[in-house]
Amino acid sequence: MGGPSVVDMNPQGERWTAEQVLALAPDVASRKAGAELGVPGPWSAAGARTEGGAGAVWGECAGSGSKPYRTVVDLSGPGGGPGFHCSCPSRKFPCKHALGLLLLWTEGEDAVRASDAAPPGWAGEWLERRQRAERATEPQPAAAGPTAADTEAARRRSERRAQRIAAGATELEQRLTDLLRGGLAAAEGDAYGPWEETAARMVDAQAPGLAARVRELASVTGSGAERAARLLEECALLHTLNQGYLHLDRLPEALAATVRTRVGITSDAATLLASAAPVRDLWLVLAQQDSDDGRLITRKIWLHGRNTGRTALLLSHGAGGRAPELSLPTGLALDADLAYYPAARPLRAALGARHAAPAPSPAPPAGGDVAAALRAYGEALRDDPWLESWPAVVSAVTPVPDPEHGWQLADAYSGSALPVDPRCGDRTGLWRLAAISGGSPVTVFGECGHRGFTPLTTWAPEPVAL
Amino acid sequence: MISTWDDLVTAALLGTGRRTPPTRPRPGQDAAAALLDAAALRTVQRRAGLLPVAARDLPDAAPEDPRPSLPPAARRRLELLLADRTGSGGGAGRRGSAPDLVELLPQWLAAANSHGYRAPAALLPALLDAARARTDLRPQALALAGPRALWLARLNPQWKYALRGGGPAPAAGTHPSDTEAAQRVWQEGLFSERVALLSSVRRRDPAGARELLATTWPTERAEDRLMFLDSLREELSPADEPFLEQALSDRSRNVRATAAELLSTLPGSALAARMAERARSCVGLDRTGDGVPRIAVEAPHECDGGMQRDGIVAKPPSGRGERSWWLGQLVEATPLDTWCERFGVTSAAEAVALPVADGWQPDLHAAWCRAAVRQRDAAWSRALLGPATSPPAPEGSSWRDPAKLLSALPAAERAEWVAQFIATHGLSEAFRLLAVCAVPWAEPLGRAVVDALDIARDAGSYPWSFSGVMGLAERCLDPAEADRLEVLTALPDEPQDGTGAPGAVGYWAEAFQRLVGTLRLRATMRAELAG
Repeated sequence: MGGPSVVDMNPQGERWTAEQVLALAPDVASRKAGAELGVPGPWSAAGARTEGGAGAVWGECAGSGSKPYRTVVDLSGPGGGPGFHCSCPSRKFPCKHALGLLLLWTEGEDAVRASDAAPPGWAGEWLERRQRAERATEPQPAAAGPTAADTEAARRRSERRAQRIAAGATELEQRLTDLLRGGLAAAEGDAYGPWEETAARMVDAQAPGLAARVRELASVTGSGAERAARLLEECALLHTLNQGYLHLDRLPEALAATVRTRVGITSDAATLLASAAPVRDLWLVLAQQDSDDGRLITRKIWLHGRNTGRTALLLSHGAGGRAPELSLPTGLALDADLAYYPAARPLRAALGARHAAPAPSPAPPAGGDVAAALRAYGEALRDDPWLESWPAVVSAVTPVPDPEHGWQLADAYSGSALPVDPRCGDRTGLWRLAAISGGSPVTVFGECGHRGFTPLTTWAPEPVAL
Repeated sequence: MISTWDDLVTAALLGTGRRTPPTRPRPGQDAAAALLDAAALRTVQRRAGLLPVAARDLPDAAPEDPRPSLPPAARRRLELLLADRTGSGGGAGRRGSAPDLVELLPQWLAAANSHGYRAPAALLPALLDAARARTDLRPQALALAGPRALWLARLNPQWKYALRGGGPAPAAGTHPSDTEAAQRVWQEGLFSERVALLSSVRRRDPAGARELLATTWPTERAEDRLMFLDSLREELSPADEPFLEQALSDRSRNVRATAAELLSTLPGSALAARMAERARSCVGLDRTGDGVPRIAVEAPHECDGGMQRDGIVAKPPSGRGERSWWLGQLVEATPLDTWCERFGVTSAAEAVALPVADGWQPDLHAAWCRAAVRQRDAAWSRALLGPATSPPAPEGSSWRDPAKLLSALPAAERAEWVAQFIATHGLSEAFRLLAVCAVPWAEPLGRAVVDALDIARDAGSYPWSFSGVMGLAERCLDPAEADRLEVLTALPDEPQDGTGAPGAVGYWAEAFQRLVGTLRLRATMRAELAG
């Protein structure tokens, strides 16, 4: 390698990388379709406008009809995400035209020329409307706050919900103690059906966190003693969570917040940003990963603060085949405010004001050894016993591929190793890690938990998602 | 009360209703809840106290790959091309106006290899997966992937194919420069490693490879001897003759046949001379009749031991007479120069023009065609091909295989011939001929194809009737043609007189858009690789 570590910032603003663009694609098909359109052929009248790094790209794409599709992208939307508009009928968001246009634009001045000239009318109008809308949603300090009556109604609503959840937790406690009284062996046969029903009861009780844990119980598999042990672990932790919720008033505030979150009471990002003290730092994007449960795409973005040394997790969602709006490619660093959600061991955060455009920062933060990663998880458990894993950067580990017995990350010096979480299976990401390592030590970021380590990013030396 | 985790699991399995668990409830707490409390404590304790495990054996370090890495833009391009491989693939029907990335991967790989780049490590798994699914990609993909991919393939059973040879030297970075290492691989290596070693040595030192092979020849298995012998095809020279001559007495019939075939491509070989001798006794010029002399054929009456040793297969396939079968093989293995001298003519064209008596013409000319291809003889290929403007023979009846004969001609002449063929006969028979032309298509071939497509459009047919040729054009036309083609992408008005297929105009515009788009993309890819 040895190329310039910082992409030249041209005076007209920085072009994104193809990876950045492709990360916006809502699914594999869109990624492919977008890539196919990222060529000059179908495009005409393409242009870009740059206003101090915050600009727009537009173009007309010849399709099967006689009229080309008109595509425009606002590169700096509210909350930092870009905005898309296209005259095509696709319900994908962003559509392949928007992706193709952005890919073409990433190729440079020859592909899409940037200038200060005004965009054509159709693009300009949409951009104008969008900026008006953005101004309208900005916090208006002078605007009247919620009325006393509103506050009172909200308080009553949350009180009612708290009662429902408490009733649900009590019922679940009953269910768990019944199970333990009768014995797990007796329950082995008919475990599945009743758990589904209990999960549905927890949804009714407005406790989605409890419902999810109950479903996990149903999915515990394995044979005999192994299954019993895992089931007992999960039941015990669920029991603790119920007890925590039923005795919220006796918990320290931070732990109470953790319990509320785990039970499924979410707090609103806007309220959080308005109330919590922001943590400003240069946040390095360590990883971005999407999971899709069929209905909802959940995007996790892990950040590492250069000055505070803290790790943060941003969650965003996209429903109905849409990619979550927020996209921060690995290897960028952004100077921004974060607000951590209150918790005994804060990790999840909301992204607040950004103070500068993201800049490439390809090097990994300093990492620890495998023992340190486990230790960090152990310490985090002291605050939040329900944690499945804790993010960690481990340096100088050699991946040991073994599709049969499970992979390991072996410490380069001590002869000890971290098992890779068996749920990673034999997926391509692991092989990519092995290929990059080539049998030599590498730095890996991932989640270290009681089932093992889940690698998310490595550096080759530019960051590579796993 | 101290209880182990196993005690707790046992208690949970049995149930607190059956047996009092080893936990003491708080006042007012029931036994089951107390058991859960204790289990929670143990669980968190265990998780918080996890220690690293003992490391298993580390893999060996991957060999160094000193080749330069791809320029960043080319690297991104490869990533896109590989991401697309699950795509819809070619096939007939409507394909939209966007380039078909899957089809560009082979030429991208070839171009990257010609620059001598190595693939980025992060893309090796995708590259290995792609080549696993498509055997035609393997040689180029594995060449680009280099020694690290073979290192990786040894760790993943899914990629075993990469170790089966056909790929680049799995001499695994240890460039077999020192003969000692080469000897060791040759003596102890896997079959695939040995094949790869032999062909890589053959390219650098043809005689050395032959000598290497000779050291173990008598002890090799018949199948292996066949494969090893085949790798002498490259860099074949008269120096190989003694070895091949010896292989004519091999125990295995297939080895004998291959040795004979290789020898017959050496016009100065003793085998070629023996074949010429036999062929001369069967084929001659008959000047006895009035008017023009004719070629008279007296096919062999037997296939003796000498002929069989020289690779003549005695038993014909069913439905063929044995005498014509033997004749065909004799002529095929005879140096073509024999005939001008035999007939007293000065050129292949004159020999081909001679009439043949008694209906032997198809057999004789078919054998000459095979000989011309085998001996890569341009003059004979040209003469047998005839002018491109003559009508193509009806399917199945022809002894000529123009595509094969073309491959023995120089690239420029090939392009010229096919261009003329297309200008005369259109595109319907052109696909196989186009496939043997060198890429990018030299002029006037590119222009002929585009003109023919333009004519097909004007004739009102649908573009997918030509999707095969269109697909070839996308991959093979010179990217510099893109600008000239631009006019064809415009959407003209639908003809008002109702001629032509409905909607065809729009589909053609789309097809030409894809053609132009693909050409532009290829130019971009080439520029990206140039760095």
